[in-house]
Amino acid sequence: MTVEALADKLSLTTLCMPEGDREIEGGYCGDLLSWVMSRAKSGDAWVTIMTNINVVAVASLTDCACVILAESAEVEPAVVEKAKSQGVNLFVSEKDSFILCAQIGALLS
Amino acid sequence: MSDAVTLHFDVDGENFTSAGEASVQVKKTLRQMGFPPDVIRRVSIAMYEGEINMVIHAGGGKADVTVDSDKIHIVLADKGPGIADIELAMQEGYSTAKDNIRSLGFGAGMGLPNMKRYSDHMQVESAVGKGTTITMDIYLS
Ligand SMILES: Nc1ncnc2c1ncn2[C@@H]1O[C@H](COP(=O)(O)OP(=O)(O)O)[C@@H](O)[C@H]1O
Ligand SMILES: [Mg+2]
Repeated sequence: MTVEALADKLSLTTLCMPEGDREIEGGYCGDLLSWVMSRAKSGDAWVTIMTNINVVAVASLTDCACVILAESAEVEPAVVEKAKSQGVNLFVSEKDSFILCAQIGALLS
Repeated sequence: MSDAVTLHFDVDGENFTSAGEASVQVKKTLRQMGFPPDVIRRVSIAMYEGEINMVIHAGGGKADVTVDSDKIHIVLADKGPGIADIELAMQEGYSTAKDNIRSLGFGAGMGLPNMKRYSDHMQVESAVGKGTTITMDIYLS
């Protein structure tokens, strides 16, 4: 499933989607950046409540397919700009991490 | 073989928002050079953790990366407070990060262990009050 299709199915709010045709291959959920950095895989949909700009660096370095910010977490415009410039797909949702992961899991299986 | 490629970065300790920039740049360069994803991933993790440590623990520093024919060599040097007990600092979960840093998702105490795990060789030299220099090699098989 592509990032764009996932965003549509989960009714995510798009903050930026520079690479909407990327394929989602799996998922990861976590807020501790070192943990995510060493565990998230290329092509993952990463669900987190962290919104600071370092999220973009971690997303870019792990090469995850998209970042989904749970529970309507608020984002600074600079973070969205950074994501756009680094080709990181960034979304926000009012759902919590558990619900998002459960729904992503169901869509991928 | 062509000459080694070298990259140098001044890692800003004040500007927390640009943390990770050097690592992202290295990753892009390695990708352009056509390195396998596994090598890029290991370099990215090791370098990012070291870069973040210089920002959150040492007020910034310098990063030098050399891409050789047989290995990628990373040197991270800072003039921060140094590490008193390196063995303790290397333990998973050990962190002296303050709450404001933790609230940003750092301070899991996984940085040094990750650097060790994802590099083939790592050396930590540190003197209290003088600074820390970390050297890592990722071999290209
Ligand atoms: N460059 C450095 N300068 C001074 N202290 C450091 C440096 N790098 C790491 N440390 C010390 O080692 C501890 C463990 O580092 P690390 O494993 O990366 O965990 P974390 O950064 O999450 O605290 C840090 O909390 C800090 O006390
Ligand atoms: Mg660290």
